[in-house]
Amino acid sequence: MRYSALEVIKQGLTGNKSWRPVWRTPAPKPSYDVVIIGGGGHGLATAYYLAKNHGMRNIAVLEKGYIGGGNVGRNTTIVRADYGQKGNSAFYSHSLKLWNGLSAELNYNVMFSPRGLLELCHSDGQMEAYNRRANTILARGDKAEMLDRNGVTDFAPYIGMNNERFPIKGALLQRSAGTARHDAVAWGYARGADALGVDILQNCEVTGFDIRGGVVHGVETTRGVIKAAKVGICVAGRSTQVASMAGMRLPIESHVLQAFVTEGLKPFINTVINFGVGHFYISQSDKGGLVFGGDLDGYNSYAQRGSLGQVEHVAEAAMSMIPAMGKSRMLRSWGGIMDMSMDGSPIIDSTHIKGLYFNGGWCYGGFKAIPASGSAYAQLLATGAVPDYASAYKLNRFETGHLINEEGTGAVPGLH
Amino acid sequence: MRLTCPHCGPRDSREFKYFGDAKTARGDDFASTYLRDNPAGEHAEIWQHISGCRAWLEVVRNVTTHKVISVKEAGQ
Ligand SMILES: Cc1cc2nc3c(=O)[nH]c(=O)nc-3n(C[C@H](O)[C@H](O)[C@H](O)COP(=O)(O)OP(=O)(O)OC[C@H]3O[C@@H](n4cnc5c(N)ncnc54)[C@H](O)[C@@H]3O)c2cc1C
Ligand SMILES: [Zn+2]
Repeated sequence: MRYSALEVIKQGLTGNKSWRPVWRTPAPKPSYDVVIIGGGGHGLATAYYLAKNHGMRNIAVLEKGYIGGGNVGRNTTIVRADYGQKGNSAFYSHSLKLWNGLSAELNYNVMFSPRGLLELCHSDGQMEAYNRRANTILARGDKAEMLDRNGVTDFAPYIGMNNERFPIKGALLQRSAGTARHDAVAWGYARGADALGVDILQNCEVTGFDIRGGVVHGVETTRGVIKAAKVGICVAGRSTQVASMAGMRLPIESHVLQAFVTEGLKPFINTVINFGVGHFYISQSDKGGLVFGGDLDGYNSYAQRGSLGQVEHVAEAAMSMIPAMGKSRMLRSWGGIMDMSMDGSPIIDSTHIKGLYFNGGWCYGGFKAIPASGSAYAQLLATGAVPDYASAYKLNRFETGHLINEEGTGAVPGLH
Repeated sequence: MRLTCPHCGPRDSREFKYFGDAKTARGDDFASTYLRDNPAGEHAEIWQHISGCRAWLEVVRNVTTHKVISVKEAGQ
């Protein structure tokens, strides 16, 4: 069924009786041309673009839990293209372009809302660094502007400007950045892929590979053996476990990142604000909840929950940046397992095993990457080569020295 | 989460700084710099009691349950 305003009215007038589940629940077939492991944003987008852009039909997405249960349904939905490093800037710039057309492409409202991203600066040195960043963004054809102190007050008057410890000097504003609805992205790609014939197999955990003579022939799963000529790993925080079943040791550590939401409030925060030195960022969801977060908890973790230390830190940072937030009540907090790579940038590449491909290392920035990553990975799986905009994300770059370290923090995954 | 420092007793994890996998902490070759076992279970790791006695510690922790199994001085 195609969604439209007319359809909503028609269904409304007939008691909403004809809405149907938006993807099927098929039984696994014994064999597929391509099997994608992981039904997160990246896995589902990859399956969709394989069918849509490359005309493949015999595809399955294998998800150990349910669609939307991983990071794709746990993130704080910030979409931006403010990266400075070669390799990253072209990729995220392309992704932002795809976001703009995504609801129409999927015929599913992903609620992409370019409400802007404000990155606060607190010293002359930081202003210089952000000026440079803004120029880098402009030079590649995207948009960015610098605000002075008054500009920040005009744009976001609720920010406390009397911060003694971190006085606000100005900010970089990217008006084309914003937020989207995370669940809708997962569901929209799942629906789109299903409509093109992709089998979405939930509760289907991959437990091993069938690799003979350096060639992958399929996977073992909790729902039986499934043969496939090509297999794409796309499991975010579980990258190490899945790749290790194929004998690979990755440049990745798994860490927990938490997020927080308050009760619903009237429209209050008009943009996304990054308070970098306070290790804090915030936006307001369309439902009214203030959605915010900070840094990783700081140590390896596979628990999808975090420690109280971060909760306290984030609450303190919130109070120092937006004192008015003290009147709202925090409703929930949760955590997701981040596939932190050793340089903070992702990997989209083939592996040393023929037919086996790897997509991961998205750290805490992989939501905004979903459209570009899905189309790049689909092209790699279909043709053997990634498009130019994703060509820096090689698996062996740690060996060859072509690191893409946006933060300049060295090989310390917890610091990116 | 609490770690029991052999010198200072049980302390909040915020008193400690994390330095990662104990196995790769000392190496300087490609594998120790960039590759990790990253197990979803018991993990031996280096912490420093920076807001306490400043001792370097080797902690064995289950990274799925956050249960601390043992803490000793690093290098012993
Ligand atoms: C709190 C938080 C805030 C974030 N904020 C942002 C943000 O503001 N902006 C941004 O761009 N990014 C953000 N991110 C990062 C972003 O969510 C992730 O980088 C991205 O979602 C990861 O890709 P994915 O959607 O494919 O992952 P997932 O949704 O985690 O998908 C991976 C799937 O693989 C499945 N799987 C694992 N092992 C197996 C197996 N053996 N067999 C079958 N299936 C398996 C899992 O069950 C899971 O569903 C945030 C993340 C978190 C946790
Ligand atoms: Zn101590």
